[in-house]
Amino acid sequence: MAWILAKKSFFGKSLIDGLVHLPLVLPPVVPGFLLLLVLGRQGFIGNFIYKHFHMSIAFTWIGAVLASAVMAFPLMVRSARLAISQVDHKLELAAASLGANPIKVFFTITLPLSFPGVLTGLVLAFSRSLGEFGATITFVGNIENVTRTLPLAIYTYTQVPGGDASAMRLVVLSLLLALGALMLSDRLERVAYKKLGNVND
Amino acid sequence: MIEVNVNFKRKDFILDVNLIANERVNALFGPSGSGKSTLLSIIAGIIKPSHGRISIEGECLFDSGLGINIPIYRRRVGLVFQEGRLFPHLTVENNLLYGVNLASIQNQHVSVNQVLELLEIGHLLKKPPHHLSGGEKQRVALGRALLSSPRLLMLDEPLASLDDRLKGQILPFLKRVAEEISIPMIYISHSMDEVQQITENIIMIENGKI
Repeated sequence: MAWILAKKSFFGKSLIDGLVHLPLVLPPVVPGFLLLLVLGRQGFIGNFIYKHFHMSIAFTWIGAVLASAVMAFPLMVRSARLAISQVDHKLELAAASLGANPIKVFFTITLPLSFPGVLTGLVLAFSRSLGEFGATITFVGNIENVTRTLPLAIYTYTQVPGGDASAMRLVVLSLLLALGALMLSDRLERVAYKKLGNVND
Repeated sequence: MIEVNVNFKRKDFILDVNLIANERVNALFGPSGSGKSTLLSIIAGIIKPSHGRISIEGECLFDSGLGINIPIYRRRVGLVFQEGRLFPHLTVENNLLYGVNLASIQNQHVSVNQVLELLEIGHLLKKPPHHLSGGEKQRVALGRALLSSPRLLMLDEPLASLDDRLKGQILPFLKRVAEEISIPMIYISHSMDEVQQITENIIMIENGKI
């Protein structure tokens, strides 16, 4: 998706671009509600899936994953797209002149050279998913052991008398999770840059 | 034999070339802005001409009349650029081998060892490109192009970014490649001195015309 938006120009590109980025701008409850309308058991896709596969998406963990993915997708696409458009096109041409078809060029030249940017996108997407609240609670609710994500659990505990200690435990857990992810990505980014020959400290 | 008969228009520039080169090694000489690099891009398949025909050794690469336009990755035109354009994330060895595995075996006329010996780059294999000097980079770029088994090798001002001392060091390698490897070659430069050292077959281009 990022590659298409970075490299291609076609009719309706700005519309697709807009649709991809919508969840970034809308209040999270709106995409959550839309997902519920479309994928809920009464929604036209949700109904189809329920009839043929006897599976629901709304109010299940699959829905929670989907809600997070929809919300995080624009951040991923944005940074990957920026990284891809910054790869020197001359190198891609050089690879093509050596006999590499466009798919091979993408996987052996474009993707490795934009890796630091793609990684940044992953971190952003991860943090967006970790903090996802609005779309999740609207689409899949807050069901214990099924769709109660970390922020939903913390919120629930703070609403219950005597839940402070439990909430605190989860707060520490999310701190560790977030810090660990940031350190890991920083580490990977450093390695990637070193490999490309421009070390940023 | 290289036959190029193409027409290409852009706002303030018209390229109208009718060129038949019978010799194996040719130099394309002309001042900057004369259309040398545009012509190279057209032959390589980077730019599509308005109309015309391009064929190398009887094989047609482009023909607007017949609707033939072989994409760049199947043209087998080896390019060496002014700035080398080595892939920064690969070692010298993997840069050299990049095109080898993509070429079919019956087209491979030069071996890796032959290239390493000819260009004296065997000791650089494990290094990343940013640890090489300008001259070494150009030798690796030349080797990489040779190993992609091209039907035509085009060098676009390969010495322009080097100082005089380095130029003097690289020229013998270029001459060696021109003499010892039987691939048709077009050497592009705006320096007559350089061109004369490589070949006597000089094609002049000015204002988009031969």
